[in-house]
Amino acid sequence: MPILEVEHIRKYFDRTEVLKDISFSLEKGQVVSIIGSSGSGKTTLLRCLNFLERPDKGIIRVNGETLFDADDPKTQQESEIRKKRLHFGLVFQSFHLFPQYTALQNVMLAKELLAKELPNYKTERKKIHAEIEIQASELLDQMGLGDRMGNYPHQLSGGQCQRVAIARALALSPDILCFDEPTSALDPELTGEVLKVMKELAEKNTTMVIVTHEMAFARDVANHVIFMDDGHILEQGDPIEVFEHPKEERTRQFLARFTQG
Amino acid sequence: MEQILDQLPIVLKALNIGFLQTLKLFFVTLIGAFPLGLIIAFGSMSRFRPLSYFTKFIVWIVRGTPLMIQLLIIYYFPGLVLHNPIWGGGETGRFLAASVSFILNYACYFSEIYRGGIQGVPIGQEEAGLVLGMTKGQIFFKITLLQMIKRIVPPMSNEIITLVKDTSLARIIALQEIIWAGQAFMKGSQGISGAIWPMFFTAFYYLLWNGVLTVLLGRLEKKLDYFK
Repeated sequence: MPILEVEHIRKYFDRTEVLKDISFSLEKGQVVSIIGSSGSGKTTLLRCLNFLERPDKGIIRVNGETLFDADDPKTQQESEIRKKRLHFGLVFQSFHLFPQYTALQNVMLAKELLAKELPNYKTERKKIHAEIEIQASELLDQMGLGDRMGNYPHQLSGGQCQRVAIARALALSPDILCFDEPTSALDPELTGEVLKVMKELAEKNTTMVIVTHEMAFARDVANHVIFMDDGHILEQGDPIEVFEHPKEERTRQFLARFTQG
Repeated sequence: MEQILDQLPIVLKALNIGFLQTLKLFFVTLIGAFPLGLIIAFGSMSRFRPLSYFTKFIVWIVRGTPLMIQLLIIYYFPGLVLHNPIWGGGETGRFLAASVSFILNYACYFSEIYRGGIQGVPIGQEEAGLVLGMTKGQIFFKITLLQMIKRIVPPMSNEIITLVKDTSLARIIALQEIIWAGQAFMKGSQGISGAIWPMFFTAFYYLLWNGVLTVLLGRLEKKLDYFK
């Protein structure tokens, strides 16, 4: 059973249709890259998965459970949406770290707030807090930021900020981790360190949906590539197939711009 | 000059008592207007149109008319027009009426500062909180609030300093604050009459207190410099 199924998603902003009948599915442990030019609807699609936008039509299922069905108001209750979001993590293009918290606190905050809802929180507060801190520092270690835990975001480089943001998303152990152009706001020489940790996550079979302009990364790391154009999925499939033998003329044009540099 | 030196102890004592009332009004206004301003800010930002229009209307009235008139209306209206003098006649009643007027007036000014501060926090902060499963309340108190406070300290300092001086308007309903205490020596009080200098002297109290506040607010601003 696929971990994620997206069926016939449509989204309008006013009268402009930005997502036109999007369907795809994803197996556990797989990485899907979504490529395409700006304005093709890639980011809106990710925002729909994270319930930051509400699709006007379509169904989103995770592990067979229907999280969202545009025709079923019961799946759209505000109180439920908060819990459903936890199936997904989202790494933003411009990080959106919380500036008043250190790297470590950024990673811990959400989990600490969720822990307050645990039935044994009051009695085992210290133990729970310690566990969260250990997990958070392990994640930052894994991101190569073991010596940066006490730094505030403004004291970190863009690449370091983005790695903190990845750790923050991982802290809640989402089923599917989404990336929205994670390297687009970075200096070219800092993209490498972010792509490296993403590659490590892929090797550990983290299920990921990655919107990116890094074509080499999409080709080498992803198991599946989706090419979006004007709100449609124009072409999808095995990365080698899509990159080496694109079926559509539009895909060829788009990829040509990158291979020519 | 010699005469002034003789009068000084009596005058200072009276001014100190008046200034205590000034400070009381100052603090009561802040304590009331800080939270009320936040509520008004949320009202004016509400997506429920009737509520946001209503709050914006109130803010327009309060900011669009002189505080002195508001003091007079709030103090005299219940007694003169409704024949129900809710404030009573004494100093306590005058203080209550002045507090209500100042809190309402300053809450409206604060609400606009809060609104600017909240809207100045990038939307990405809220979205980051949302995707991490936080509630709207958690996002406000754990993420937005401190960033908002950092943004509003400079404009808020301005308003707070203005408030110190605005408390003198309460003189219009005969609240016994420092201006009232200084003026008493013009009309005659405790054997001193026709003395204008005590009135002028009150300026030092305002100046001193604003000096203290400027230093404290400057420190707060610096304290919040640890993040950007």
